[in-house]
Amino acid sequence: MKKLINKPEDVVKEMLEGMAAAHPDLVKVHFEPNFVYRADAPVKGKVALISGGGSGHEPLHAGYVGKGMLDAACPGNVFTSPTPDQMYEAGKIVEGGAGILLIVKNYTGDVMNFDMAAELLRAEGYKVESVLIADDVAVEQSLYSAGRRGVGGTVFAEKIGGAAAEKGWPLEEVKRVVQKVADNVRSIGIALTPCTVPAAGKPTFELEEDEFEFGIGIHGEPGRKRLKMKPADEIVQMMMDAILKDMPLEKGDEVALLVNGMGGTPLMELYIVNRKVSQILDGIGVRRYKTLIGDYITSLEMQGASITVLKLDDELKELLDAPVLTPALRWGL
Amino acid sequence: MMYDAEYFLRFVKIFAKYLEENREYLTQLDAAIGDGDHGINMDRGAKAALERLGTTNAGTPGAIMRTVGMALLSSVGGAAGPLYGTVFMRMSMAFRNKEKIDDKELVAGLEQALLGIKGLGKAEVGDKTMVDVWEPVVEFMKENIENGRTLPEICEDVIALAEESMKATIPLQARKGRASYLGERSIGHQDPGATSSYYFFRSLCEAIGGR
Ligand SMILES: Nc1ncnc2c1ncn2[C@@H]1O[C@H](COP(=O)(O)OP(=O)(O)OP(=O)(O)O)[C@@H](O)[C@H]1O
Ligand SMILES: [Mg+2]
Repeated sequence: MKKLINKPEDVVKEMLEGMAAAHPDLVKVHFEPNFVYRADAPVKGKVALISGGGSGHEPLHAGYVGKGMLDAACPGNVFTSPTPDQMYEAGKIVEGGAGILLIVKNYTGDVMNFDMAAELLRAEGYKVESVLIADDVAVEQSLYSAGRRGVGGTVFAEKIGGAAAEKGWPLEEVKRVVQKVADNVRSIGIALTPCTVPAAGKPTFELEEDEFEFGIGIHGEPGRKRLKMKPADEIVQMMMDAILKDMPLEKGDEVALLVNGMGGTPLMELYIVNRKVSQILDGIGVRRYKTLIGDYITSLEMQGASITVLKLDDELKELLDAPVLTPALRWGL
Repeated sequence: MMYDAEYFLRFVKIFAKYLEENREYLTQLDAAIGDGDHGINMDRGAKAALERLGTTNAGTPGAIMRTVGMALLSSVGGAAGPLYGTVFMRMSMAFRNKEKIDDKELVAGLEQALLGIKGLGKAEVGDKTMVDVWEPVVEFMKENIENGRTLPEICEDVIALAEESMKATIPLQARKGRASYLGERSIGHQDPGATSSYYFFRSLCEAIGGR
C-alpha cells in the first residue's frame, strides 16, 4: 500500500484538521466525537440537516456542510458508519429550534447508528425525522436483502433538502421533499480497480487487468457481476439500461445528472461517460436540466464511475438551483 | 457457580485478545462478503473498552458490562457497533446491581442480549449473521442450565456448538447486512459476525478457568 498518509489510524482526524484549516469561513470541526458543522450554527428557526457515514467518500458528506446544504456531517472511520454519540452531539450544537432531519444512506450499520442517535435526541426533547436514501439499482429489490444501498442520490438529497431548510420550510415539508428526491433518484456504479482501506493495507478484492466490476457500491465491495472489459460506450449503455429499466423515462421528462468519479478516474473519462449518457437521454427525448461531473461521492482511490439520474419537477428544479455555499459545492452566491 | 466482577473482567480481556489476534482473519472474512472492516472495528472497540475499564472503577458485573457496552457503541460503528453494544448493555441491565451472578442469571442476560440483537437487526437463524451462532448456543445453555447443569460442566459443548454454528454459515446465502448485496455470491464464505460471536462464547467459557 502506497498512500499519502502518516498513520492509518490517524487518517480521519488529520483529514478533518486539514479541512478545518482550509475552510474556517464555512465550517467548524468538533473532535471526539467527530463532526463537521456550519460555522454559523445553530441557524435560528431553520430545520437542521444532519448526515454522515463512513469516511473515504469525500467530498461526501463533510464537503457539503454549509449554507444551503447540511448543518452537520458525522464522519465514521473509513467505510464504517459513524457512532450514535457523533450525531447526538452534533444535533445538540446545530439544532436551531425547528427540529432535525437525518439523511441516512441505507446500510445496516448506518441505519442502526442513526436510529440510536435519533432516540437519544428525541429523549432530549428535539423533533427528529429521518429519510433513507436507497438509490443503487445494482442491488435487486428483494425481501431477502438489506435493500438498496444509498449512493450518488445522496448528493441531490442533501442539496435539495438543504435548500428547503434554508427557505425556512418546517420539518415535515423538508422531509417530504427529501423523500421525493429519494423516490425519484436512481444510480449505478462500476469499478475498474479496487481500493485499499488504510487500516487494512490491502485491496478489498482483486480485478484482473481485463475485467471490470458491474454494480459496485462505494465501499470497494464486490458488485453484481464481474465482466470482461469493454469500451466506455458499451459500459455506459449497460449502466443506463439498468437505471432506465428501474425508472422508465419518457419524452419530455426532465432530469438532473451526476456523472461521478470514484476517486481515481480522470475527468477526461467522466466526460467520455457523459457523452454517451447524454446521447442516450437525448435519444429518448429526455431533457438534461443540470449535469454535475466530477468526484462527488468517492470510494478512496478506486478507478470507476457512477451515474445518478434524478427525475425533476418544478419544485425540485427550483430547490436544486437555489444558492449553496459549501467547501465542495457552490453556486448562485 | 457464581460469576463475580473478576470473572467478567477476565472474560472481556480474553474476548479482546481473541479479537486482536484475529483482526486480520475477521477482516479477510468481511472483505470476501462485506467491506473488510469487521476485524478492524471489533479490535478498535475492544481496545476502547479495555481502556475505559482501566480508568473507571466498574466494580460489579453489571457496571463492567455497561462500561464495555458504552465503549463499543461509541467506538465501533458499522453494524457490529450497535449489535455488540446492545449485547453488553442488555446484559448489564439484566445483572443490575448484583455483586455476583449465578448460572441462571448469566443465561438470562445472554437471552436478553439475543433479543436485543434480533430487535435491532431483525435477522433470524439462517440469514447468515451472528444470530446463527447466538440463537442455538443460548438455547443450548438455557436448556442445560434449567436442567440443573452448570456452565463449567457444559463449556466444552458450548464451544463446540458455537464453532459448528459458525461454520454452518458457510453454505448460507446472506439475507441481512452488507453481505446480502452479493446475493448468491455470498454462498461459500463464513460470516464474520458469526465468527466474532464464536470468540465471544469461547471467551465466556475460557474465563471460567482463566486462559
Ligand atoms: N441485521 C443484522 N442482524 C444481525 N447481525 C447482523 C446484521 N447485519 C449485519 N450483521 C452482522 O454484522 C457483521 C458485519 O459487521 P461489520 O462491523 O463489518 O459491519 P458492516 O455491515 O460492515 O457495517 P457498515 O455497513 O456500517 O460498514 C455481519 O457479519 C453479521 O454477522
Ligand atoms: Mg463490514
